[in-house]
Amino acid sequence: MTQAEFYGAGFPYRNLSEYPGRLIVLEGTDGVGRSTQIAMLRRWLEEAGYAVSDTGLRRSPLTQPGLDAAKQGHTLGKLTMSLFYATDFADRLENQIIPALRAGFIVLSDRYFYSVIARDVVRGADPRWARRVYGFALKPDLVMYLRTDLNSLVSRIVHGRGFNFWEAGMDVTRADNLYDSFIVYQTRLIEQLDLMSSEYNFVQIDASRSVATVNEDLRKIIHPYLPNG
Amino acid sequence: MLKPANYQGKLFIVEGIDGSGKSTQIDLLHKYLLSHGFSVYFSEWNSSDLVKSTTRFGKKDKLFTPTTFSLIQATDFADRWENHILPLLKAGVIVLADRFAFTAFARDVARGVDPDWVRNLYSFANQPDLAFYFQVPLDVAVERITSARSDIKYYEAGMDLGLSDNKITSFRLFQGRILDQYELMIPEFNFTVIDGTLPVEEQQKIMRGVVKKALRGFRGLPHPTLTPRRRSAKAKAELPAPITQGDDK
Repeated sequence: MTQAEFYGAGFPYRNLSEYPGRLIVLEGTDGVGRSTQIAMLRRWLEEAGYAVSDTGLRRSPLTQPGLDAAKQGHTLGKLTMSLFYATDFADRLENQIIPALRAGFIVLSDRYFYSVIARDVVRGADPRWARRVYGFALKPDLVMYLRTDLNSLVSRIVHGRGFNFWEAGMDVTRADNLYDSFIVYQTRLIEQLDLMSSEYNFVQIDASRSVATVNEDLRKIIHPYLPNG
Repeated sequence: MLKPANYQGKLFIVEGIDGSGKSTQIDLLHKYLLSHGFSVYFSEWNSSDLVKSTTRFGKKDKLFTPTTFSLIQATDFADRWENHILPLLKAGVIVLADRFAFTAFARDVARGVDPDWVRNLYSFANQPDLAFYFQVPLDVAVERITSARSDIKYYEAGMDLGLSDNKITSFRLFQGRILDQYELMIPEFNFTVIDGTLPVEEQQKIMRGVVKKALRGFRGLPHPTLTPRRRSAKAKAELPAPITQGDDK
């Protein structure tokens, strides 16, 4: 059993003191290889007999259509965007993550609210305000932070899904091309995540190494946190 | 506490439980200010185009929890604040709002969220220049709503709280909780309390009196087509004396 702890007031109308599952978070900027690692971890955990549920940002059935539509236009203000993401996060936490934890699942979360805050702050949000918005958030059992240098990030993006407007932070940097914008924006994001590393007890992992090596590291770190670990 | 005003416009808002008569009153105030040549903008709770589809979908499928309900309404407010209310206040417009952050502080707390948490959500907004609170006894408000409308909506009745299976009973209990929160906020946010049981025109007279006082010395953004009398008089005085043909004689 994990004792439920929240960053702030949590959900006062909800009775959640402990749960049998585990909440394991993989943090890191865009293109650092989080989804590949999560897929591998999921297979590993399921082979070991654990029920696994995975979740990621912007996957709430409540907010996904609205958020996607909002991001098509460019009228989304910074406060509006912060709060829209917080709605998405809260919906997934209450309707997917917490029920799964109660049912004894290992929940693998592809990012948590930390990257959302990083993004908000880079866009000019008050860091204290943004943190307090997430006062309802459950403290994960473990947060692992995949960190890499910018060059390998760029290489992964170029050989992967390519640059896009939001990941390059074109709305913030006002650079005239995606590459320059990406460099400036991702540097600032990494700065923010580094700041949060000690604040939120991230376990840092060097993600510039091979996928297999990184995965081996992740498993070693996760193992003691598992119910039969 | 909300931030003090830092703009040249004026922000006047109305609050109160459903059936308190606040919308009628702000509508009358709106017409009054327009007729006096002011630049006025009116904003209604829960009306952002950006968020509308999500709110509608969530309501229809009953997907909201107290926290997500609170957050989606804060998102709606933020969109209106960033795109309309704040820029217009800075431009010197009088902004009228039918419901403000206080609606969230009352309703969301009645739904069970933490009072400090929801206050932080809206802490980017400024304290209105005037916050009118229409105070009515619960029975009067419930009677007005139930006699005027055949159906009360699910979330409006607070059915999500499971207070009662009966919609009217649930509505009454929920509005009662909201009313308690409003009453607690009177000193916290310096509400101007209006007795919502008075005749409509009497309430409006009081409201206009308070507004007139708040607008003393206020210039605001001039209306491009209407020129208020006092302004045109001043403008004439500043111009050089007109030269007329008759003077030659």
